[in-house]
Amino acid sequence: MLLASAKKLRSLGIIGMNQRNFGLISRYNPRHLYPLVDDKLKTKLLAQKAGITVPKLLGTVQYQHDVKLLKEILHPHDQFVIKPVKGSGGKGILVITEHDHSLYFKPSGDSIQLAEIERHVSNILSGLHSLGGKPDTVMIESLIQLDPVFSDYSYEGIPDIRIIVFRGYPIMAMLRLTTHVSDGKANLHQGAVGVGIDMGSGKALHAVQYGKSISHHPDTRKTFSELAVPHWDKLLQLAAACYEMTGLGYLGADLVLDRDQGPMIIELNARPGLAIQVANFSGLAPRVAAIEALKTIDLDPKLRAAFSKTHFAADADTPSARQLRTRSNDP
Amino acid sequence: MHAKLRLYILVILIMGFGIGLILYKHFALGFPLLPDDKKAVWTIEARIDFTARGDPVIVSFALPPKTPDIVFMKEDFASPDYGFSEVTSPTGRRAEWSKRTANGLQTAYYRLSLYETEQIVPTQLTDDLPAEPEKPEFDEVIKTAAITLLEQVHGRSANTEIFTRELITTLNSKAPSQNQSLLLNEKSSEDYKTHLIINLLAMEGISARIVRGLYLEDGRRRQSLINFVEVYIGGQWLLFNQNTGIHGKPENFLIWQRGDQSLLDVVGGKNSQISFAIIKNVHSTRNLVVSDGMNKQAGLVDFSIYSLPIEQQNAFKMILLLPIGALIVVIMRLLIGIRTSGTFMPILIALALIQTTLLTGIIIFLTVVGIGLLIRSYLSRLNLLFVARISAVIIVVIAIIASISIISNKLGLDQAMTVTFFPMIILSWTIERMSVLWEEDGPREVFIQGGGSLLTAVIAYLFMTNQTVEYLTFNFPELMLVNLALILVLGQYTGYRLSELYRFHSLERRNASGKR
Repeated sequence: MLLASAKKLRSLGIIGMNQRNFGLISRYNPRHLYPLVDDKLKTKLLAQKAGITVPKLLGTVQYQHDVKLLKEILHPHDQFVIKPVKGSGGKGILVITEHDHSLYFKPSGDSIQLAEIERHVSNILSGLHSLGGKPDTVMIESLIQLDPVFSDYSYEGIPDIRIIVFRGYPIMAMLRLTTHVSDGKANLHQGAVGVGIDMGSGKALHAVQYGKSISHHPDTRKTFSELAVPHWDKLLQLAAACYEMTGLGYLGADLVLDRDQGPMIIELNARPGLAIQVANFSGLAPRVAAIEALKTIDLDPKLRAAFSKTHFAADADTPSARQLRTRSNDP
Repeated sequence: MHAKLRLYILVILIMGFGIGLILYKHFALGFPLLPDDKKAVWTIEARIDFTARGDPVIVSFALPPKTPDIVFMKEDFASPDYGFSEVTSPTGRRAEWSKRTANGLQTAYYRLSLYETEQIVPTQLTDDLPAEPEKPEFDEVIKTAAITLLEQVHGRSANTEIFTRELITTLNSKAPSQNQSLLLNEKSSEDYKTHLIINLLAMEGISARIVRGLYLEDGRRRQSLINFVEVYIGGQWLLFNQNTGIHGKPENFLIWQRGDQSLLDVVGGKNSQISFAIIKNVHSTRNLVVSDGMNKQAGLVDFSIYSLPIEQQNAFKMILLLPIGALIVVIMRLLIGIRTSGTFMPILIALALIQTTLLTGIIIFLTVVGIGLLIRSYLSRLNLLFVARISAVIIVVIAIIASISIISNKLGLDQAMTVTFFPMIILSWTIERMSVLWEEDGPREVFIQGGGSLLTAVIAYLFMTNQTVEYLTFNFPELMLVNLALILVLGQYTGYRLSELYRFHSLERRNASGKR
């Protein structure tokens, strides 16, 4: 069967695009809060204020004529990441891992000239990667160092951990591993591997690439069964804290593990996608319903993280979708 | 609860209002719901000839009565140098031509265009009540014959209607009895027969009157009016054919005059003659209704798109199709889950396809976008600023379009000339977006979104070029309200998209096997 039956999906608690837009995003995410996460510079400042670790900001370029200054900004750094401040879905991110006078090297080993970096920067400035083509700002961040835990599971890039946070409670997590086909990017569309992570232990549950189940990394051939994300409690707490930081009821927190600095937040997303359900082989709806059924929300992110850890663990007795309906169909 | 309830009330209101207007236009104003509804329009010309004697002349001519089931589109009265007036009297409308002095052969014309509506006229309990029938004065012989005949007929009939029919058939029977021959002497004219029937009915105390009418048949000339008898039975007037006794108004029969007034009076003239000619034309019902509405200044028609100049009307024909395209896009995106590049770009492509026809349009679109992508990939190497690059793409697109036009012209392919109908800015944006998409998400995504856009555009095109859809959107702009209501309802849909049933199908399988 090429198509699943809608009834079956509903009983599994799978949330569809329309329901996400209607019942989660438009209900729990007030529009005026979007700029806090759509503008990565603002997010970064917010996170720093809240005491959350973020990659170090090396510099920004806001105006076209400042592109000339790029060389000076980049000069002291061997490794850096160039990002559009208002980019989405990992678009327009340029990673440089090595720097040799006039040549800059991408993780794949390809070398590019400074002129090409300058062009990339001016493209970002003119809004190529921003939502709606609005003029944008470029930020240059320090490069995240691959945690050795993941060295067997990623190819030419840094894996990140997407955690869906609903009303302050982390409800589902996915590890995104870079592959050769994804060109070192942790983007499932482009062929990165999505690994569902057990909320209770941080261990890998299932893995998918292009929506199909796989058992081992396509490039490193390493099986996922031994994979466990370290610092799991800390990661959950960081994600939970994003709720206070932004006020968004339904958000996707992208975190990474840095070899030296540990867990940090790289990006927040007010419209997280639904691929996480495929990677976890389970639906969001029961978990959303469980949180919606809570009368009060704990003020302490640590307590919320602990709640999620016990309630949404793979071996926990999660209430089935039939018992608990999400409120999205209510008025 | 409230937000949802309010939305549904709003939806019901909008939809009810829209459908109500459509029904009103259909039933009250007669707008047909389907496009190829044709109506016969009859043009009747009455020609009055007479010889004037040099005295003042007054010609008085009975005009057909206006009834709700017939629409008079146009009435013309033509007669050179005559004064003209239309007189309405209790017995009906009359046309009056007059002239101080006239000599020799004179002609007056009356021309009428009409069509029948499909309105069901409630059997009117008429206000024109009959006068008490006058007992006719027959001489003794005829009176006896009449009484005998009436008695025979009376014995064979149960009620007035059957009695009338029996009476007429008996009078018309091929083997007349002596009584009949006596009543209908050889030289009896149609008029004589009519009056005989009326008189015989009067003897029974039944009110009846003469009705003159015209059979509408295409291409007939020199026709004259046919006599019918109308009998007052049970509070209404029933029409009987005086030659067959059949009851009811025949099809394509126009009642010209009721009652015993003269059809034509000519004062100051002699040898007056009247003849009718009939022509049938077929018109689309919509045109008739619109022109009728304009004449009557029916608010809904008078304040509608029809009151605009033809050129603007044509523009609106196009504009009113856009909501259909929008609905298609909503369905494709929310229910099917097709990804398109740019939310409403498919509608613009569909509009261009309407101008170019489907196949040519698609070929042109693919050619221009394909060549554009090639050139764009070269431009990306030139290290241009974004705005400059998209401007360059616009110029490239125009160049491509110009060369397609020229080359196809040289090759004698006229169809490819329609390339200019594609909105160039839209094409340029498409190329730019696709090429960025290509660089960032790979060719697969380009094909998915490009194909999705094109598929949506083609479906929108098929709907927008459908004759019925085009007809309905233009003639019932109220449909937009229905469309709006549908889109509002679709905006509430939180179920799965069709594409998601595919996207998540592995999940179902996995869970099924997990349970085993």
